[in-house]
Amino acid sequence: MSILINKDTRLIVQGITGRDGGFHATKMKEYGTNVVGGTSPGKYGEKVSGIPVFNTVHDAVNATNANTSVIFVPAPFAKDAMMEAADAGIKLIICITEGVPTLDVVEAYRYIKLKGANLIGPNCPGLISPNQSMVGIMPTMIFKEGRTGVISRSGTLTYEVVYNLTENGMGQSTAVGVGGDPIVGLYYEELLELFENDPDTDSIALIGEIGGDAEERAAEFIKKHVTKPVAVFIAGQQAPPGKQMGHAGAIISSGSGTAAEKIAAFEAVGVPVANEPSEIPQLLKKQLLNR
Amino acid sequence: MKIHEYQARDLFASYGIPVEKSILCRDVNDAVKAFQELDAPMVVVKAQVHTGGRGKAGGVKLATNEIDVRKHAANILGLDIKGFIVDRILVSRAVDIESEFYVSYVIDRKSKSTILMLSREGGVDIEDVAHTTPEKIHKIVIDPLIGVPDYLARQAAFKLFDDIKQVRAAASILQKLYKLFVETDASLAEINPLVLTPDKEVKAIDAKMTFDDNALYRHPKIAALFEPTEEEKKEQKAKSKGFSYVHLGGEIGCMVNGAGLAMATMDMIKLYGGNPSNFLDIGGSSNPTKVIEAMKLLLSDKDVKVVLINIFGGITRCDDVARGLLDAFEQIKTNIPIVIRLTGTNEKEGRELLKGTHFHVAETMGEAGRMAVELVK
Repeated sequence: MSILINKDTRLIVQGITGRDGGFHATKMKEYGTNVVGGTSPGKYGEKVSGIPVFNTVHDAVNATNANTSVIFVPAPFAKDAMMEAADAGIKLIICITEGVPTLDVVEAYRYIKLKGANLIGPNCPGLISPNQSMVGIMPTMIFKEGRTGVISRSGTLTYEVVYNLTENGMGQSTAVGVGGDPIVGLYYEELLELFENDPDTDSIALIGEIGGDAEERAAEFIKKHVTKPVAVFIAGQQAPPGKQMGHAGAIISSGSGTAAEKIAAFEAVGVPVANEPSEIPQLLKKQLLNR
Repeated sequence: MKIHEYQARDLFASYGIPVEKSILCRDVNDAVKAFQELDAPMVVVKAQVHTGGRGKAGGVKLATNEIDVRKHAANILGLDIKGFIVDRILVSRAVDIESEFYVSYVIDRKSKSTILMLSREGGVDIEDVAHTTPEKIHKIVIDPLIGVPDYLARQAAFKLFDDIKQVRAAASILQKLYKLFVETDASLAEINPLVLTPDKEVKAIDAKMTFDDNALYRHPKIAALFEPTEEEKKEQKAKSKGFSYVHLGGEIGCMVNGAGLAMATMDMIKLYGGNPSNFLDIGGSSNPTKVIEAMKLLLSDKDVKVVLINIFGGITRCDDVARGLLDAFEQIKTNIPIVIRLTGTNEKEGRELLKGTHFHVAETMGEAGRMAVELVK
């Protein structure tokens, strides 16, 4: 089992005829993701790696019964793409695009919620349930099927942690990159709840970073609602205040959002925080043995 | 992106938000002329810098005559406020104040929306209010699909005023400010303070706005107001090459693919007793051209004594990354020791390729951090 995506995922790729969309659609299909179609206005009838292209998401859903969509369109068009997917009845929308204006995300997110759908991203690497489905741009070869859930605000740092997990014999149920922007869709609390309720997840790795107070809220949530072992890594202890560290959301503003506050919040509720990403497997194993 | 108060005031005025008449000045004589032109019993001389705390730093002074205007202008121009040197001052009509309020729209991560923040505690540092008496700040989540309709603006204005005339005036300001916020893709639009004058007028006497960098492409007029500091110029130059760069000042230069991993690398260096010189994310992939550009950037910082390259090879395999690095360093001649740590797909093959070269090859992030710190000594 897994969360959010599995063998039943029927994926369409919005922006499939673009360079990134085409490249990653092919990669996802090769991995075994059930990519049922793609969209690109005016390109109906074309094929990308054997995947049929439609003019609209509505057409794609009607023809393929897709339930999930991944977005690769350029930032100025991402809001429209997210709303189009929600309007067409897609229930899980993953936006990979980086640099989407924040107010566009605010508006699209509200609309997606009204339509009863969920959003992951923008500015995220997507998610993977190893051996079942990968939606996004993740390097599939480092993942292994298993029982650890992974939640992260970052891309390559997630891979670093996953690589360490896999090397230590700890496979993953699902790994989700939630995205590095200030406003993104599904976040720690929703995903912690999904992992807590997933019978095939035994432990959870959470990778946070500076900016905002989502980690503090996650710590509170874990205290109240999560019984499974959790281990955390927080990036950005050396980040200076007021500077955006690559991710639009990674910024310490008015002295809040620091790594130290976040680490303290987890430690206060008994969740171990790794000094280095490579410590995560041991921190989880120790807790699993003591259960 | 930040702008100056006078620029935010212009935006306020163009949206019909009442602000006092003011004139921007670059020298003392300008300030005196402005005082004469404003023909007001009292003016306020305000430093225009991209930082808060101007009042405490002596950057805001009242004057009722030419001598004082001249004196304050001379003192404020050239003042260093948190590292920003004042090169412009705003001379504005000063109003009598009966009471002060706080109003702002800001992006709120928790509600994933814009929120309106209001308080009867205006004119002070709002973060202090939030800290000591959070109950005095009202927060209203704005639904982006309906914005701020009349009823909501009134409801909000009643949090600040009791008299219906004042409520109506404030409600109109709240609606205009929201319109400005949305139409310019702001991340903050703040009036602190919004004041009530003795003759019961509601006015903005300060203006602060910051904007979403990701949306500047559709606001060329606002983008044109960007005034980068020396550091920001370097960051901008890096950005135009597809990098995210932040200067920190230590002696170990870092080159990493991915923002999260780049932050973790800085932390690692500190953990092992060194000081990272920078944050540098060269993006998801790593080709030789990018590596060369990144090295040029790092080596332009004369404090850098060691460079640590930490690359996660995902879709691009480590052996390909290693070949790229070897290519790149054939073209860059440098005596600075380079520590390379490759991880991910085909990492052993990648490390094998780098063996016997002048690179210091580490297996783990920890080892790379230790090696880099050791090499500085």
